[in-house]
This record gives sequence, C-alpha cells and structure tokens, in this order.
Amino acid sequence: MIEIRMPRLSDTMEEGTITSWTATVGSTVTAGDVLVEIETDKAVMEQEAFESGTLTHIVVPAGETARIGEVIAVLDGPDDLETPAQKGSSAAEELRGDAPGDDAPDSRLDDTPPAPPAAGSDATRADTSAAQPGDDAVPDDVDGPAGRAPGDGPRLTSSPLVRRLAREHGVDLSSVRGTGPGGRIVRRDLEAALDDGTARQLSDDTSPHPLADADQRRTAGGPSAQTTAPADPTSRSAGAADLARGSVEHPTTAAQRISAERLTQSTSTVPQFSVTATADVTDLVALRSTLVAELVAAGRAKVSMNDLVVRACALALRAHPDVNASYEAGPEGPVLLRHERVNIGVAVATDHGLVVPVVRDADTLPVSGVHDAVAGLAAAAHARRLTVAQMQGGTFTVSNLGMLGVEHFRAIVNPPEAAILAVGAVRQEPAVVDGAVVVRDRMTLTVSVDHRAVDGAGAAAFLQTLVGLLERPWAIVG
Amino acid sequence: MSMMTYRQAVHDTLQAEMRRDPDVLLIGEEIGVFEGSYKITAGLLAEFGEKRVRDTPIAEEGFTGAAVGAAMLGLRPVVEIMTINFSLLALDQIINHAAKIYGMFGGQTSVPLVIRTPGGGGQQLGATHSQNIELFYAFVPGMKVVAPSTPADAKALLLAAIRDDDPVLFLENLALYNTRGEVPDDDTPAEIGRAAVTRAGTDITLIGYSRMATVALAVAEDLARTDGIDVEVVDLRSLRPLDRETIVASVRKTGCAVVVEDDWLTYGIGAEIAATISDGAFDHLDAPVRRVAMAEVPLPYAKPLETAALPSTHDVARAVRETLDAVGWSAGAPTQPTTETRS
Repeated sequence: MIEIRMPRLSDTMEEGTITSWTATVGSTVTAGDVLVEIETDKAVMEQEAFESGTLTHIVVPAGETARIGEVIAVLDGPDDLETPAQKGSSAAEELRGDAPGDDAPDSRLDDTPPAPPAAGSDATRADTSAAQPGDDAVPDDVDGPAGRAPGDGPRLTSSPLVRRLAREHGVDLSSVRGTGPGGRIVRRDLEAALDDGTARQLSDDTSPHPLADADQRRTAGGPSAQTTAPADPTSRSAGAADLARGSVEHPTTAAQRISAERLTQSTSTVPQFSVTATADVTDLVALRSTLVAELVAAGRAKVSMNDLVVRACALALRAHPDVNASYEAGPEGPVLLRHERVNIGVAVATDHGLVVPVVRDADTLPVSGVHDAVAGLAAAAHARRLTVAQMQGGTFTVSNLGMLGVEHFRAIVNPPEAAILAVGAVRQEPAVVDGAVVVRDRMTLTVSVDHRAVDGAGAAAFLQTLVGLLERPWAIVG
Repeated sequence: MSMMTYRQAVHDTLQAEMRRDPDVLLIGEEIGVFEGSYKITAGLLAEFGEKRVRDTPIAEEGFTGAAVGAAMLGLRPVVEIMTINFSLLALDQIINHAAKIYGMFGGQTSVPLVIRTPGGGGQQLGATHSQNIELFYAFVPGMKVVAPSTPADAKALLLAAIRDDDPVLFLENLALYNTRGEVPDDDTPAEIGRAAVTRAGTDITLIGYSRMATVALAVAEDLARTDGIDVEVVDLRSLRPLDRETIVASVRKTGCAVVVEDDWLTYGIGAEIAATISDGAFDHLDAPVRRVAMAEVPLPYAKPLETAALPSTHDVARAVRETLDAVGWSAGAPTQPTTETRS
C-alpha cells in the first residue's frame, strides 16, 4: 500500500486544495503519470505519481483541502496481494489510528467513526459508550456541518469549546490538527496551534468554512443563538443577514487568501512611505512607436509601455542597489539584504485574483526579452498555470494601472521586497519647455518603500534615475 | 461536630425535630414496636408515644393519604416508606394529591409532608426491592426531592425537609446507612435546591447524588492519587429543584463532565443533567457528556450479577479516563501535541 500525501509545493505552503483528480479510483497509475492538481497558496500545480499502482482510495476529494503531509489518496502497489477493497479498508483503519502503534491518527478521511471504547464483558453496562453506538458515533450532522451526507468527504469536527475559542481568537480551524476521537479538534489542539504559531487567522473573507457553517446553522436555529452569535458585526452573520438585500457569498481562492494575508501583513508591519514624480515620456512614446513599427514589420510582437518601464526599473535598480533590498530578520537581529540579482515582479490582475510573476534578471534582458518574459508569465497567470518558482524570488514589483486610465496611485509594498512602483497612465498635458507652453506626454510614477530598508533620499534618488531613463529613453534600449 | 453514621444522623434529627415541634409525627410500617426495618426510629415510640409514632398496616396508599390529610390540616407528618419500591403503591397519593393540592386549590393549604424512603440495590433484595425510582418524583412539579449522601447532609436536609411547607421526598440509601461522617451539632437546615461542590478540581466534573456522589468522590480521590487527575465533584443533594447553576459553573470551568447515577441510563437523572450542561455550558464543552448508570436490566439477585449490573468505581474511573483521553489530557502541564508527520 502506498500513501499519497499532500506535498510541500512551496516554502510558504501550509495546505493545498485538490482542484481535480486526474486519476480515478480503480485506475492503474504509472510512476510519472499526473495524479492530481493541487492549488497551493501560489498556484495550481500538477502532481505526479512517484510509484506505480492502482488508485484504491481518494481520501481528499476535489474541492477539499489537506495540510502538508496528510494522506490524500492510497495506491495499491504491485506487491500488495490483498484485494483493493481489503486494502482500502485496512488503510482507512490505519489512517484513523486504529492500527497498533499508530499514535498520529488522522481521521479526516474517516467516513465511519471509530468503534466506541471497548465494552468487552461489560456489554450490558449502561454507561453511555456501551448503551449507544458510542459517543463518537454521532450522526454526521450532530457534530459536523449539517446537510452533508456520510461519505461526502472528510469533515472537520471540533468540540463546542474549541469553536467558541476559535471564534474569540479568530482562528481558522482548518489550520488546526485534531487529535481527539475521530480527529475532533479539542482545546489542547487549539492551544498547541496557538502556541506554536500554526493556527491561521480567519481572514475577513467569506470562505465557506465547514465549521463556521455549522455555527451559522446553530446560530440560526438553536436555542443557544445568544451564546454562539459572533460578536464581530463584520463576520459572516452580518453577511448572512445581507442576503436579503442580495449580497452573494463567493468562496475565495487560496491565492486570494494568501494575497490578502500578505497585504495585511505589509500594511500592519511594514512602515511605508511613497514618493511621486511625473516623467515627460514624449520621447519614450515616440521611441515605442518607432520600435513597434519595426517589430510589426519584422513579424515580431509589439512591446508595451509597461515592458519599457520594467526595463527602465531594472536599470535604475542596478544603479541603486539600496532599493533592490530586503529588511529581514537574521539570526543576530535584523539585516539588510542587498540583492545581486534584479528580479522584477509584475502585478497581473486575473479573474481569480492578483498574482505577481517574476521576471528574473530583468536587468540583463533587452526590452524584447522583457516583453517575451512578461507576456509568457501573464498568459500562464490567466491560465492559472504559474509555477511556484515563477512567483518566487522577486526583488522589486511593478504595478501598472495606466492602461486603465489611472493617473496616479500608491501601491502597497510586497514584502520582503523593499519597494514597489505604481505606474499611471500616459496623458497629454501642457508643459513648459524652454519657456514655452507645449503639449507633452507625461506619466506619473509613485514608488512606495519599506522605510526600514530605504530612506526618503534613497527613494527620491531612485525615482530621479528612473524618471531620467524614461525621459531619455535611448538608454533603455541601448 | 460529632462522628456518626448516616443512620444515626437521620435518627437524631427526627428525634430533635419531634422534641422541637409537637406537630412533627411519624407514620409508617413497623416504625414503632419494631423500631423500623432499618432501625431509623429506634427508641422514638418509647419517647414520643403511639400518637406521634404511628405503626400502620401494610397499606402505603392509605397511610400516605392519611399523612397528606394530616399535613393539610397543619401537622408535619414524616412518612417512612420501607423502601422506595413500595412508594409505587402510594403514587396516586404522592403525585395526584400531595404534589397538586397547593396549586389546584388556590394555595388554601400547603402540604408540609416528608416521605422518607431508602432506595438502592446491592443488598441482594431482588429486582423489585432494589430500584432507584426517585426520578418518578423528581419529574413532578409540586414535589421536592432531596438525596443526601453524607451524615451531615442527611441532618441538614432532613431539617430542611421537615420545616419546608411543601411535600418533600427524602431519599435515603441502603448502602449509605452505615457510612460515617462528621455531623455539625447545630440545627442549621440546608437550602433545598443547592448542590455542593464536594471536591474542587480543574480537569473534569463528576456529578452524582446519594450513593453515587460518594462513589464519585472516592473515584476522584483515587484518580488524583493514581493518575494525577484533578476531578471536581458535584453532589446534587437535591433533584428537584435542581441546582443547574452549580452544575453549569463547574462544567464551564472544566470543559467536560461525567454523570454517575444508580438508576437506569435511558431517561434517567443523568439525561436531565446532560441536557442541563448542553444548555448552559455548550460552548465550554471539549468532549461529549458521558453517563455512567446501572445496566438496563431488572437487578439480578445473584451476587456476581448484581455486582456486575451496578455502576462501580471502576466504571466511573474508566469513563473519566476515556473522556480525558478524548481531550488529550495528560498529567501535569499540557503535553505537546502530536507533531509527527508520516512520510
């Protein structure tokens, strides 16, 4: 028997959501076959089988989430002599902790609750465990989300005490490992998760959480409404009340949640300021027109204003290594990391959330190379096919809303990067040149920086260099 | 303080109340000349005479009805029903008369009646003489049911029962009569409807009454010694009115509870306690409430079977350990969670 576990697909990944199973139960899998697609905090990734066998058990169905290391499926290896059915059940037993010596029960895959504590010769003893099928053998809807049929996939169970504490601490219980009967999360589990920092905070989203869901139902219908009603008016209860006015809840993706968390982290832990300058890009616009004409004539892709801006940033960063940096914790206190490489993240808005793929060594690429890289990454982003590697290692980010007509905005620093550039639209404006008012193309640029890494003068110097490159653009393509 | 048996405490309290209040009289089978099947009324006929210590025929409905009438007219009769099993013959007088008269007749008369009766099995008296049917009376509005587990509570609650203006069923227990304990010398009645935390603890709440309150306490002390478990014990003392506040406050503190009872599990007192906990401490529960009760059989006569059917200290300890296992409890400081990730 081979257990397929949720792999660690990125450094920051804590759990993954099964997007779809490529293999079906009963099918034969060969090592290297794609088994499953997993959405991490960064991307949807395909996971291959490392060994061959028959897929006997899908433990975590599509749409469900599992933490790293949790069994998501079971394969029967070629050496297994038992029938798949036998094997499947014994695997399930082992996984829910019935097997001898297994002290890490993980019964999230446990459709059938464990047997009650052995009654043995006391079978007639009328304590609760013997007189009833067992205190764990409650129907699904007693302790779990109502309305789920048994076998509808794993579910989280937790004690009422834990649900109250989780509400009070704003903890997302799906981040807490349950060690109680049937995998129930008990107080000790929650306390341990809070202590070791693995308890994830519920973001202010509307993700359909099975436990929150159960609480909703209780709150709505039960006599304990007062005690279970969340105190936070912005919580889902308030949202539920809004249903009458037509608000509709949509689940969030892992990418949206991780983005929300990091933005919150940035604004709450990174002291930021921004500097703004307007560049006269008349020459840049002319240069791009010339370039585009040449490229079209040669049958090649056009370059965008953004490609030129990214290229200019790369050059400016090379001139200002203090901005291409990170303020990070080191073993002996905080350090400033100056990055030798210039890797520029480009914010891409997709219909499934904001992603920031990274153009590596942007300072070494010609404008056409930047264009090819950005275009390839953007296409992958829209198709949700970005790899984790394609989203890691950025040292600076460019966010451009110019194509949407935005004149000026301020972006939030993307930690651990020290700076982010917000690019506005190119617009024609009257300008004074050599004492005369003329029409010029202008663009407003705003750099937000982590003040711990970069001070005002440093940010201004970088922006000055950047504006200079955009105003005298031959260096960009030189 | 005096050290005495539960039996002595009941006896002395009856005697003291009869001396204090000439309206207090005793009615029952074999309580005079024979001095009671369990010798509770020893010497009282000699001291107070036949008018106040009335031997009756074997006719529970009749003499209970006579006592209801006496109470309506201002006396304070204390009926002894030999065991609670025989109270079934007087059900109509107790439930339809004693418990109803005050309410049905607009409060014209109260019924200051006490029915003393022992319950409990374990004496090889057979299925019909070994029952714990106090639930029947605790079920009925208009009744009060108290169930002392110690000699001190026997005194304090009997004082309260005799001085109370409503019908009170005073539950004794055959297995408790010879238990000993300190009894205060003063005549301060207990407050009916007030449970007692007989052992403060932090890990789990054990709830019982009458004999099982003493079993719970013994198990708590054993578990503290052997496992380091800090059990809080709640002795209900009164089944109606029920002290829900004390129960809920304890479970809110400990997060889990085991209810122990000598009666049958299904529909038993423990079910009411469990529901009380669910109502008042739901958001504090870390594990389901467990109940330990008697086997759901007519209690066998044969000693090994009788012993097997009754809830034992072993059963209670097991339920406590299993409940604590379910919340990952371990002795001392909270242990580290399982962090092993199999690969």
